[in-house]
Amino acid sequence: MTAALVADRVEVVFDQFRALKGVSVAVQPGESFGLVGESGSGKSTLLRAIAGLAPVASGSITVNGKPLGRRRDKAFYRQVQMVFQDPYGSLHPRQTVDRLLQEPLAIHGIGDSEVRIRRALEEVGLGSGFRFRYSHQLSGGQRQRVAIARALILEPSILLLDEPTSALDASVQAEVLNLLEQVRRDRKLTYLMVSHDLAVINHMCERLMVMQNGVAVEQLAAADLVSHNVAQDYTKRLLKASEGFVRAG
Amino acid sequence: MSVTDTSAMSWREWLLSERPQSRSQARLGRAYMTWRRFTANQLAVVGLFIILALVFVAIFAGLLAPYSPVVGDLRGSRLLPPDWAHWMGTDDQGRDILSRVIYGSRLTLYVIVLVALIAAPIGLVVGTVAGYAGGWTDAVLMRITDIFLAFPKLILALAFVAALGPGIENAIIAIAITSWPPYARIARAETLMVRNSDYIKAVEIMGASPGRIILRHIMPMCISSLIVRVTLDMAGIIIIAAGLGFLGLGAQPPLPEWGAMIASGRRFILDQWWVAAMPGMAILIVSLGFNLLGDGLRDALDPRSSGQ
Amino acid sequence: MSVDKNLLEVENLKVRFPTRTGVIEAVRGVSFSLGRERLGIVGESGSGKSQTGRAIMGLTDPRAEVTADRLEFDGIDLRSLPARERRALRGKRVAMILQDPKYSLDPVISIGRQIVETLRTHEKVSRAEARERALDMLAAVQIRDPKRVFDLYPHEVSGGMGQRAMIAMMLVAGPELLIADEPTSALDVTVQLDVLAILDRLVADRGMGLIFISHDLRLVSSFCDRVVVMYAGKVVEQLPASELANAQHPYTQGLLDCMPKIGADRHPLPVLARKAEWAA
Repeated sequence: MTAALVADRVEVVFDQFRALKGVSVAVQPGESFGLVGESGSGKSTLLRAIAGLAPVASGSITVNGKPLGRRRDKAFYRQVQMVFQDPYGSLHPRQTVDRLLQEPLAIHGIGDSEVRIRRALEEVGLGSGFRFRYSHQLSGGQRQRVAIARALILEPSILLLDEPTSALDASVQAEVLNLLEQVRRDRKLTYLMVSHDLAVINHMCERLMVMQNGVAVEQLAAADLVSHNVAQDYTKRLLKASEGFVRAG
Repeated sequence: MSVTDTSAMSWREWLLSERPQSRSQARLGRAYMTWRRFTANQLAVVGLFIILALVFVAIFAGLLAPYSPVVGDLRGSRLLPPDWAHWMGTDDQGRDILSRVIYGSRLTLYVIVLVALIAAPIGLVVGTVAGYAGGWTDAVLMRITDIFLAFPKLILALAFVAALGPGIENAIIAIAITSWPPYARIARAETLMVRNSDYIKAVEIMGASPGRIILRHIMPMCISSLIVRVTLDMAGIIIIAAGLGFLGLGAQPPLPEWGAMIASGRRFILDQWWVAAMPGMAILIVSLGFNLLGDGLRDALDPRSSGQ
Repeated sequence: MSVDKNLLEVENLKVRFPTRTGVIEAVRGVSFSLGRERLGIVGESGSGKSQTGRAIMGLTDPRAEVTADRLEFDGIDLRSLPARERRALRGKRVAMILQDPKYSLDPVISIGRQIVETLRTHEKVSRAEARERALDMLAAVQIRDPKRVFDLYPHEVSGGMGQRAMIAMMLVAGPELLIADEPTSALDVTVQLDVLAILDRLVADRGMGLIFISHDLRLVSSFCDRVVVMYAGKVVEQLPASELANAQHPYTQGLLDCMPKIGADRHPLPVLARKAEWAA
């Protein structure tokens, strides 16, 4: 079986700064793979490099067996879509939900937008009452649902999730995580999900990779987190931190 | 909302609805919110009223003007002070100044509308393309902009008119050519602010072409600050047009252009002050109107208060 | 000062924001008291937890209207206190730490000078002594090379270092009450715990009262002695942190329940079913 997504020794350099120092990862079709790390670890950069939003200095990226060139073609965007971290920043402030969902269809020349938009809103649990709202008329959770609908409307097979719930309240996070699990099951999607929260990754992913300072620290199965079967000190520290504050002495 | 309730109150509710039912309702609701913010500023409404009055006068100049603006009575009515027959007095050709000011409003409107229609889109395109493309494109476009900005506006306009020949059309072209660079700068600054935002990245990873991103996603974010700036510049444009007219390089006699009228009144300024003062007042009032309108629009269109 | 007397008494605190479309009630009758202990205020966005902290500090937006039946700090009625005395109290006896040090430290003044200035506004000390105490304070927040950090500007230090500098600045005048509004939310998880440990030790050593405002129920419960849970501008539940597992209110239970936990295999996650009567 060919992997859905392979990154091979990918390097990303921004003005002399090596944000990603040769990171490799392979995600199987239908798998949910997590990237964990703290700020500056390069986890978001890897996601953006795959999406074509960060300059790849060397290394290769393969999607569904097809190596990607320097420029992404339109076919790529129908296979891979992305959900951003900040739902307040990822929706155009001057466009209605309707217009936001229309845009990908218009770009790819897909017809029957009426039906597709209604179905997409339905799928993410927003009724048609939300269709003509502007993003400032939506709550954070509703915005993230719109962002997910927008990513799904092109019917991609791979979804890149960049901290999709870290800007949300805990109760809203639970709803959005459930929605993401639901659509993954329904559409047999492959997820590559970035988060700083080990518990979220543990909940959502089968396998994960811990990153630090632009390097992969180690790859684990989600079960390894539960059994504390981790090799690297850094992962142990992350694991300990996720359990909350422990008073010394 | 009940079907029977069609009072003004329900219209307001329909417009302010948080759950618009159609594209047009959403758009109208947004426009209504902008209108409410605009009318909250009373001076802005005064400005809008002045500009609407200018447009009204320009359209109905033929009906409003009591005399001909170009043919005067050279024998009996030269340089008459304001009275009941000539509210603003007459000039050295015996023409009624009120009628000339009324017809002059057409020229003023003609100049500012054309300048705005030429300069603002050039600035918008240059600025957004430079800002979004970055790199060499940005460097080249912005250095050209800098060259235009380096000259004082009136001097550059003078040079263009001198090269193109005097006349109102050439004055318009000259003013337009000299006024786009600030718009390009504003559009570029706005573009740089939104270029790296997630909502632009989101359309990029939908596979949108750069042209589409600039036209449909970036330009709408730049337009409101541009409208504000253009409105505030209108006063300056009127004054430059008047200045060119004053120097004899704009509208040619006997066209009743306000600046040219001041120029011709200059000779009598001490004894027959009204010849220069009346068109001067018209310029003052219209400039003030545009400034007040621009200030109001700035508050009403500010994307930070309506968008994020 | 007697130990059993409460440091802070808040009774029926209300914060209202008049807007064009009507009055927004951010805080609707919050009451609690605080001794020399660590009190956590937890709630989601819009619960009024931050506005509660600001109202105690006297940092509410001037357009808002703050009322309370009782708002006393160490026996001083804060409601009737003139603005000048309130300012003097702020920093000297009551201090506040905000979420992001990038926004609360002055970017054009070196960290050391900011700490010295804070100290000298509240105490008559010589420059040399102020510098000594600032360096001691930087050392107290476990900054390894205080002399070097003293001369750095806020943009030259990392988020964790900046937040430690912020804590140093806030604690240098020796306040008795510290209000920390999401002090570690902008930090990485591993750094977060370091900063919390420092805060914890300083609060314990100096016998301060601490109000810890956060959205993170689990973090608050592991850090504080007592927890106040807020929802829609009201307190829905107050309980000792150790009793959190036995919380009575469905909102508190729901909030605890909906977070993913390592090892708990719950698909889908239980979601919070909000009820209108909670906000009533």
